[in-house]
Amino acid sequence: MSTSWPLWEVFVRGKRGLNHVHVGSLHAPDAEMALRNARDVYTRRNEGVSIWVVPAAAITASSPDEKDPFFAPAGDKVYRHPTFYSIPEDVPHL
Amino acid sequence: MSFDNAYESLLGHEDSHWAFGTGFSDALVGVNREFPAGVDKADLAKYCLMLGDDALIFSQRLSEWCSRAPELEEDIALANIALDLLGQARMLLTRAGEVLDRDEDALAYLRDEREFRNVHLAEIDCGPGPGGDFGTTIARLLVFSSWRLALFSRLRGSADPVLAAVAAKGLKELAYHRDHAAQWTVRLGDGTDESHRRMQAGLERVWPFVDELFATHAVEARLAGVAVDPASLRSEVDGVLEAVLSAAGLTRPADTRAARVAGMAGRDGVHTEAMGYLLAEMQHLHRSLPGAVW
Repeated sequence: MSTSWPLWEVFVRGKRGLNHVHVGSLHAPDAEMALRNARDVYTRRNEGVSIWVVPAAAITASSPDEKDPFFAPAGDKVYRHPTFYSIPEDVPHL
Repeated sequence: MSFDNAYESLLGHEDSHWAFGTGFSDALVGVNREFPAGVDKADLAKYCLMLGDDALIFSQRLSEWCSRAPELEEDIALANIALDLLGQARMLLTRAGEVLDRDEDALAYLRDEREFRNVHLAEIDCGPGPGGDFGTTIARLLVFSSWRLALFSRLRGSADPVLAAVAAKGLKELAYHRDHAAQWTVRLGDGTDESHRRMQAGLERVWPFVDELFATHAVEARLAGVAVDPASLRSEVDGVLEAVLSAAGLTRPADTRAARVAGMAGRDGVHTEAMGYLLAEMQHLHRSLPGAVW
């Protein structure tokens, strides 16, 4: 039975969080049960107010082999941060 | 069980250092624990034992699935449900204990079989023992949670403020238990030939114990306004079960009724053979090592 249930990735939005954050994965026979399993496995300590589940097979991931061409070129381009603007104090979560 | 709130020992009064899992609350804080005027306290204690023992004993049964469920995720789901029910049991036994001058541990671990007031449905073996399987357990959970959800929905209006608060808290838990059972009932009933056969067999196993859920006990009759008359829940619960069974392609078993002893059953302290074995396992540690704590 274990081998036949597909894998799902679980994203939870915490009470104090703004975004859904990846918290782990689980097995479930379908999306509805995946959502319920995620509730039972990942929110039993009052962690969340919203859950997403995504079939793991639906995720296209970058490869570790491509790490340098993908990410290294951004390493020395500090000017891409908007540090030259003044940020109003009453704008949260910018 | 020595903390009023299980999180006190972990958190103290400050939980802001936790990124996740904060904001725990105790549903019974600030609830008036005075006994309402005109209520027979002995009857109130018996009623709290009935509802508390239902939850305690079923919780014990569900916990038997720990490490034995078909999947790790289901293992945790059943354990969560068991813990929800254990929490309900603790509040109800504590309330009974305020009348009886015994604490929740004494009531859970030091009463004998004849003093327990739970319905038979909670105590019978529905698996993982030889009395059933996962389908049987789901059948019991479906019936039990549908019934208790309807009961707690009315109990919110109880004249006893503690019972009303326990019901208001338990309602959300039971709604999830029923949903979990319904989800599985539909998947097993509408799944393969084998899963359908076993789900139907599970229903046949638990159905003789359904009738007892709706039998009005003398204590419940005397506590009008405090207790819920279970007979008044029948049509609502039947409607829910019909809807789930119909979506699952399952057949409602014929109404049969498990045997009683001189008209008595669980609410009178008369139990099935399974109860003694269950209590032996549940109470063994506490009786061997009185006062043992984690």
